[in-house]
Amino acid sequence: MEFEWLQVVWFVLWGVLWGVYFLLDGFDFGVSMLLPVLGAASERERTAMYKATGPFWDGNEVWLITAGGVTFAAFPLAYAVLFSSLYTALLILLFCLILRGVTFELRFQWDNPWYRLTCDGLGVLASFVAPLLLGVAFSNLFRGLPLQFDPARDFFMYQGNILNLLHPYCLLGGVLFVVMFVYHGALYLAWRVDGDLRKKSFYMAKLVYPLFLLLFLLYVALTFFWTDHFIEPYLASPFLFAIPVLCAVLFLSSGYNTYVKNSAGRAALASCGGILTFTLCGVMGMFPNLIPSRLDFANSSLNLANASSSNLTLGIMLAVAVVFVPTVIGYQIWAHRKLSWTVKADY
Amino acid sequence: MDPIILSRLQFALATIVHFLYVPLTIGLSFYIAIMETRYVRTGDEMYKTQAKFWGKIFLINFVLGVVTGIALEFQFGTNWAIYSKYVGDIFGSLLAIEATMAFFLESTFIAVWAFGWDRVSKKTHLAAIWLVAFAGTISALWILLANGFMQHPVGYEIKDGVARLSSFWAVLTNPYGWLMYFHTVCGAFILTSFLVMGVSAWHLYFNQSKEFFLASFKLASTLAVIFTLASFVFGHQLGQATNRYQPAKMAAMEAVWDTEPDTPMYLLTLPKFTNEPGNLIQALPVPGALSFLATNSFHSTIKGLNDFPADERPLVWPVFLSFRLMITLGTAFIVIAIISAIISKMVASLGWGLWVYILLIPLPYLTLQLGWLVTELGRQPWIVYGMLRTADAGSPPVDWYQVLITLLAMAAIYGLISVSGFVLMIKAAIKGPDKLDEHYA
Repeated sequence: MEFEWLQVVWFVLWGVLWGVYFLLDGFDFGVSMLLPVLGAASERERTAMYKATGPFWDGNEVWLITAGGVTFAAFPLAYAVLFSSLYTALLILLFCLILRGVTFELRFQWDNPWYRLTCDGLGVLASFVAPLLLGVAFSNLFRGLPLQFDPARDFFMYQGNILNLLHPYCLLGGVLFVVMFVYHGALYLAWRVDGDLRKKSFYMAKLVYPLFLLLFLLYVALTFFWTDHFIEPYLASPFLFAIPVLCAVLFLSSGYNTYVKNSAGRAALASCGGILTFTLCGVMGMFPNLIPSRLDFANSSLNLANASSSNLTLGIMLAVAVVFVPTVIGYQIWAHRKLSWTVKADY
Repeated sequence: MDPIILSRLQFALATIVHFLYVPLTIGLSFYIAIMETRYVRTGDEMYKTQAKFWGKIFLINFVLGVVTGIALEFQFGTNWAIYSKYVGDIFGSLLAIEATMAFFLESTFIAVWAFGWDRVSKKTHLAAIWLVAFAGTISALWILLANGFMQHPVGYEIKDGVARLSSFWAVLTNPYGWLMYFHTVCGAFILTSFLVMGVSAWHLYFNQSKEFFLASFKLASTLAVIFTLASFVFGHQLGQATNRYQPAKMAAMEAVWDTEPDTPMYLLTLPKFTNEPGNLIQALPVPGALSFLATNSFHSTIKGLNDFPADERPLVWPVFLSFRLMITLGTAFIVIAIISAIISKMVASLGWGLWVYILLIPLPYLTLQLGWLVTELGRQPWIVYGMLRTADAGSPPVDWYQVLITLLAMAAIYGLISVSGFVLMIKAAIKGPDKLDEHYA
């Protein structure tokens, strides 16, 4: 297969963008999912949990918009096929993201317990379903979608319905995302708040970590059983094995910091790296495909050669990315430092 | 059922609801930035309260704009897969650049602003709201250049059956996109200033925080004069560009069927609802007026709809009626803005007259939506003018019932969040600056 270096650069950046999105929004997904567990007792603790993620959820979600936008811009055909194939699932994901954002902000605009309970309920449900769907969707990519190129329509047609997405491997991927973000969010919360809430959330992280590790290992093992081509890029370029090794080291170091060092901040940072490398492991396992077809891998997969934008577009976007992505990272880190005060959960 | 019709309805719902929030985000951020600048310069706490009071309404409005915007970006892929495949090389990159340049800036610094009153210095805080305001207009520019490509495609070549970027410069300097940008941003400021005048009038009527709302009203009425006039100028330019680049839309906007030199403008017109040639009512012609408005010459010829094949004509009546109503309201806004600026010092003594301003609040919302109806319905039957038909641009793997279900779900969710959002905004507006509570501390 022929492809150009710009396409390879964008393939890797595509993976990085999704990874950064997961590691950032993973914080607020996790904190929201923990709301009914850790915030059940008092409105004060619930408020503290919202305050911990309040300044950041929107900025985190922009990484998703950028990842989506980059899919559209760099690989238009992959964007078109992926989003139309996963139509219903994707719209449910969008509705979840809408409900989360709205309830996060509007909850505080009216001091009525029933209203706030409704907002909390919708927000928690949405924050659970969204990562579940993302995990299921990405596992389906690793496994390959049932795509068949239809010459009459000149389009890659999805053969099946939404139920075909619910293979046990993909469901496991969904659960893994949920548990991973619960762990990740619990660490974040433990880092950001103080008092009883800090103790409770750190305890939660310690409780969830073994489950996460177990699911993670199971998922990796099943990836070799239930995907057909996933290992091929790694065997072709063995240096790629550095990514899964790094991923394992980071997640283990996160556990080490949780259990031995008792440092939630460091553990959260390590799990950020873990999630990023984990995403990259998955994306690189598909290389050079963006959406492998499991029906007709050779002719119906979407890859760098048949789905990329023109070199002119890729070049212009690279120039924009080189200037703006480091700038964005710079001011987001600055904002995180300014706005990451220790939230007082008990006055 | 036709999935294309359902997808069009779904996209219309998503954009119309999204655009309920966009203009206020663009306009009010500048308004707040101006007030906060006065605070930092003079140290007068009243201006800080101005920023906080209007900021509260801004934040509710902003979150609704953000979440409805997320859905839009993904709708191209879900419902318009062939369109995405066909123009993604150009259109997709503009969306990606919009996110990278504007959305990050907007979302990061609005958080600094909302949560940073006591956490960053006064000047940094002021810079944050200016960055938000700046990001809003940057975002508008990129998305309108993207839409401009759909109205007047430039800088592309057809290669392997899809449009490929050939000149980024041509896409960046698309005159249609820039005119839409200026016209839309003016509209955003008009909506904002009328909203501020309306809310101020409410409090002045009930004699609450008089000095505060007189200051609000004064700034808003000044902005209203500037931007109603500017909107008129850019709108006129946009109309002429439409005549140049999208003649079928122009003909539909004025319901012109016959091609004739010295084209008159009929003050009283009613098109047929069946889209058949000829109008139901056509009276009171002003000779050569349409030619003059569209081309600066009384003697030019405007191409009538009869000279377009029937399958290249937009649906005339909604385009025509939306356009006429937009023009009428827009013109009225100029008059109201000028009067308001003149009487802004003594506006408190208007008594019952203040209710005019309160009742006016929804009209700019309507006017801006009408403008978009003209733009988007007038482009039909094309999704990219002259290049790709809407009917051919849908998603092959998506069935009509899938779209129907998501359309109904979207209507329910958007209805719920919009009603909540507007109720809470009205609540915050009525509560007034005296009882500000600090949720973001």
